[in-house]
Amino acid sequence: MYDFSFQSPASAADAASALGAAEDGKILAGGQTLLPTMKQRLAMPSDLISLKGCRDLVGISSDGSTLTIGAMTTHGAVAASTEVAKAIPALSALAGGIGDPQVRNRGTLGGSLANNDPAADYPAAVLGLGATVVTTKREIAADDYFQGMFETALDDDEIITAVRFPIPQAAGYAKFDNPASRYALVGVFVAKTAAGPRVAVTGAGQGGVFRASDIEGQIASGQEPNSASIDEGELNGDIHASPAYRKHLIGVMAKRALASAG
Amino acid sequence: MSATGIGASVKRKEDFRFLTGRGNYTDDINQPGQTYAYILRSSHAHAKIKKIDTADAKSAPGVLAIFTGEDMQVGSLPCGWAVNNKDGSPMNEPPHPPLAQGKVRYVGDQIAVVIAETYAQAKDAAERIVLDLEELPAVTTVDAAIAPGAPLVHDDLAPGNMCYDWEIGDEAETDAAFKGAAHVVSIDVTNNRLVPNAMEPRAAIGDYNKGTGEYTLYTTSQNPHVIRLLMGAFVLQLPEHKLRVVAPDVGGGFGSKIYHYAEEAIVTWASEKVRRPIKWTAERSESFVSDAHGRDHVTHADLALDASGKFLGLKVYTKANLGAYLSTFSTCVPTYLYATLLAGVYTTPKVYANVKSIFTNTVPVDAYRGAGRPEATYLLERLVSKAARELGMDQVEIRRKNFIPADAFPYQTPVALQYDSGDYEATLKKAMELADWNGFAARKAEAAGRGKLRGIGISTYLEACGIAPSAVVGSLGARAGLFESANVRVHPTGSVSIYTGSHSHGQGHETTFAQLVSETLGIPIENVNIDHGDTNRIAFGMGTYGSRSLAVGGEAIMKALGKVVDKASKIAAHLMEASAEDVEFKDGKFTVAGTDKEVDFGTVALTAYVPHNYPHETLEPGLEENAFYDPMNFTYPGGCHICEVEIDPDTGVTKVVNMTAVDDVGRVINPMIVEGQIHGGLAQGIGQALLENCEYDENGQLLSGSFMDYCMPRADNFPGFQATTESTLCAHNSLGVKGCGEVGAIGSPPAVINAVLDALADKGVTDISMPATSHKVWQAIQNAQMPAAAE
Ligand SMILES: Cc1cc2nc3c(=O)[nH]c(=O)nc-3n(C[C@H](O)[C@H](O)[C@H](O)COP(=O)(O)OP(=O)(O)OC[C@H]3O[C@@H](n4cnc5c(N)ncnc54)[C@H](O)[C@@H]3O)c2cc1C
Repeated sequence: MYDFSFQSPASAADAASALGAAEDGKILAGGQTLLPTMKQRLAMPSDLISLKGCRDLVGISSDGSTLTIGAMTTHGAVAASTEVAKAIPALSALAGGIGDPQVRNRGTLGGSLANNDPAADYPAAVLGLGATVVTTKREIAADDYFQGMFETALDDDEIITAVRFPIPQAAGYAKFDNPASRYALVGVFVAKTAAGPRVAVTGAGQGGVFRASDIEGQIASGQEPNSASIDEGELNGDIHASPAYRKHLIGVMAKRALASAG
Repeated sequence: MSATGIGASVKRKEDFRFLTGRGNYTDDINQPGQTYAYILRSSHAHAKIKKIDTADAKSAPGVLAIFTGEDMQVGSLPCGWAVNNKDGSPMNEPPHPPLAQGKVRYVGDQIAVVIAETYAQAKDAAERIVLDLEELPAVTTVDAAIAPGAPLVHDDLAPGNMCYDWEIGDEAETDAAFKGAAHVVSIDVTNNRLVPNAMEPRAAIGDYNKGTGEYTLYTTSQNPHVIRLLMGAFVLQLPEHKLRVVAPDVGGGFGSKIYHYAEEAIVTWASEKVRRPIKWTAERSESFVSDAHGRDHVTHADLALDASGKFLGLKVYTKANLGAYLSTFSTCVPTYLYATLLAGVYTTPKVYANVKSIFTNTVPVDAYRGAGRPEATYLLERLVSKAARELGMDQVEIRRKNFIPADAFPYQTPVALQYDSGDYEATLKKAMELADWNGFAARKAEAAGRGKLRGIGISTYLEACGIAPSAVVGSLGARAGLFESANVRVHPTGSVSIYTGSHSHGQGHETTFAQLVSETLGIPIENVNIDHGDTNRIAFGMGTYGSRSLAVGGEAIMKALGKVVDKASKIAAHLMEASAEDVEFKDGKFTVAGTDKEVDFGTVALTAYVPHNYPHETLEPGLEENAFYDPMNFTYPGGCHICEVEIDPDTGVTKVVNMTAVDDVGRVINPMIVEGQIHGGLAQGIGQALLENCEYDENGQLLSGSFMDYCMPRADNFPGFQATTESTLCAHNSLGVKGCGEVGAIGSPPAVINAVLDALADKGVTDISMPATSHKVWQAIQNAQMPAAAE
């Protein structure tokens, strides 16, 4: 790890101005991705701006049609929340299946979305549910937010403050674990909404999370989902799974996600 | 049986210390004035070193010194076992310098060491070293390495990248046996390369004392005396009386901490140069590219059978990947610890094996839990199950038909070893009962109802451990004797300290060895302390590996205890005014036959140290004895492992649903510790079979270089294990013990793979390689169904 200066502002607004003022500043949330990257000397921010003290970024609330979760809410808090379990049980299950207890007690919703790891779980829920990412500058629709592997619509000095999830009629998430890292080798989130089904796939795409519109169509017309039309050429291949295997798993996970949505 | 004697499940004495964070590991030790070393490692698999410019780095803050191979001109890290080629010529043994000389040969090879006031400063400075390397093409697999025109890891010191081309058994006689065969069954198997991943990364502290001229090395070692000998005599030319090696608490080894590593020599040597203690602790990523890896064999074998399924002959051709340099025991693993086991538990009259050991641009490969015996067992037990399938025989019947019968011991195999005891039918029978072998069909049908493919697999195995009879291994090329030493020191008030040359790094010696003392001297286990791991406190030792601690180290303790009892009996005889021959010792009391005279052990101990009333003319004061024990033979644990799996055909996910192990480990001193050892072994065996794989790309970059990609088994990968013992006694040691440290990892992988293949048989799958990941299982099902789909 290289030297850096550390700041701990008390609000999202202060954090945003600190970030804007820093030469090469980075937000620190749960640190589960950023700190290992710094220890491996792959990141060398001049300033670390911790959001730990920003109480305005933590919390879960629901108004019956929208579930709002603060960016600094940990995966563990989401998994344990009765509010979330009532509104979108698939989201509780997803959060409870991230990493291990230590990771869930530190890792945050905002950190996961800002990082946009192509194998992360939350992007599938955010895109699948058609959520809105709220930042210090604006509101970004999920369909516009994810822009490829580790790429998002966020500006350098923009901080995620919360995510607003519309509460669906039903939703399900099925994750096929990478056996080693236990991130998603393939994860499929299925949501039944008033506007029709939405299906998002994580872990598999070379460009990160994506919507599987053919599967959405199959579900809308009451067919069993299948992945036949997914282009293998757009999928990841690595020592754990070939593109063909990932493609196959998308179909299996879509079925399982749909079944768990009920 | 006493509450703390032989056979009691005494809770581990060391666990309070370990579980409450009170252990004292190498990295916990800090010396006044300590500095820190960072090792700059090669990121290329193969390159010529043209220039290393350290000038700028030396001016970085906190730096005391930077050394390269040019500065550190010392001896080669030695190889402990000489193996000859078929034609009798010696193996190729290229030098293994602690810091690379002229070339780097694998990703992780040591290029330079930076010593600074803090570890971070050392690491910062290393980034300022300017390397001019000329990249060379690399080889990572045995087949690529022996292909004509392959890049040469050691240039003309190992033509064709060959270390040796060795054989055992009579080829002509084996060929003759094949001539009369009704069937020949062939198999090709790969034994996947593994990363050992002990919980505690390796660490070393070198501390030179200018005042006394003494060197101390603290290190994460399974055998501190061996390190003192190898480093002192071969690498740094330091005499034993000026070199102390301490291996304090060590957090797991599995073989990877046997070897003498470059970092140990580097910190010891450099501490004399900078006149300060130097600490080096591996980061986890560094462990992946610097701890010796395990396994990595590619094998073809043919088994000849008569019409009834009786084995007539076995021919085995193995290519073993040794990595870039010869690690301490690397050469004996694919030969004397592997090919000598190829008779297994069977009466196969003729066995021939040819082993080529090959250099590649990968991390050195050496012994890893089981070392050679898992590779032999995997090959043999896969082959036997394949033979049963091809001949339409029952898995169990083919084994029974070929077992060495219980009354045939001692049994001489065609591949050098003489088994002393065993009862393979007994372990088989018990395992089949425990696993409810006969109820499998019903379970398979029930699973099919849930859409799951259920399979059952068996392995009846044997291994050779209790390493090792010095005369035998000496004749096979071992450059050291493999005895063990013990010292028993009885203190004046009757408590006892044991100094053992065995080393405990998780095995529970502090408990098991104390049970031997409690049983023999009739004293409470709390009155016994087991000391190990320091060359200044322990007379000598060969350390812990090859499941040798109890069978060799424990026997040395028993021998020394015997001497203590002899002397104590003489003192007791004096106190009771009897003749020593009439004195009996039992349950901690000396008595004289036919009288009511009695004196307890504590009184005798006090008399030995406060000799007011003492037979000085015939006995010396004090009560302390040494013993060295050299075993007469290897010990031969064996047994039966049965695995049941369920496969989800939609995803290929394989779940182990039942794992039964019935092992013959000889006499059991502490059943709980034995069960724990077997559980750990099974976890590693199942891990190898289903999850773990060390993978390089063709340029020699390690693809599975962290836990993100190297799949360590976790608790939820396993069912509850059914592990128990069914023992015959070792015929050549006093305790009758054989060893239990490795059996779990040796017997289980073929049982798991046989179960996977059994589950997939209906789908037409006949082969799968380790690890049988969900991806591979799914792919195998797809491939098997492809022709059917085309029809
Ligand atoms: C062992 C392990 C296992 C894991 N397994 C899984 C898994 O199974 N599934 C999964 O989805 N994830 C997994 N993760 C990832 C983890 O759950 C976190 O989601 C992830 O590390 C990022 O969250 P964080 O709060 O730790 O962010 P940090 O590491 O603190 O930050 C990550 C990045 O986001 C930026 N950032 C953080 N918060 C904000 C914000 N509010 N606004 C703008 N930018 C921000 C930071 O600057 C940084 O660039 C795992 C992590 C580990 C270490």
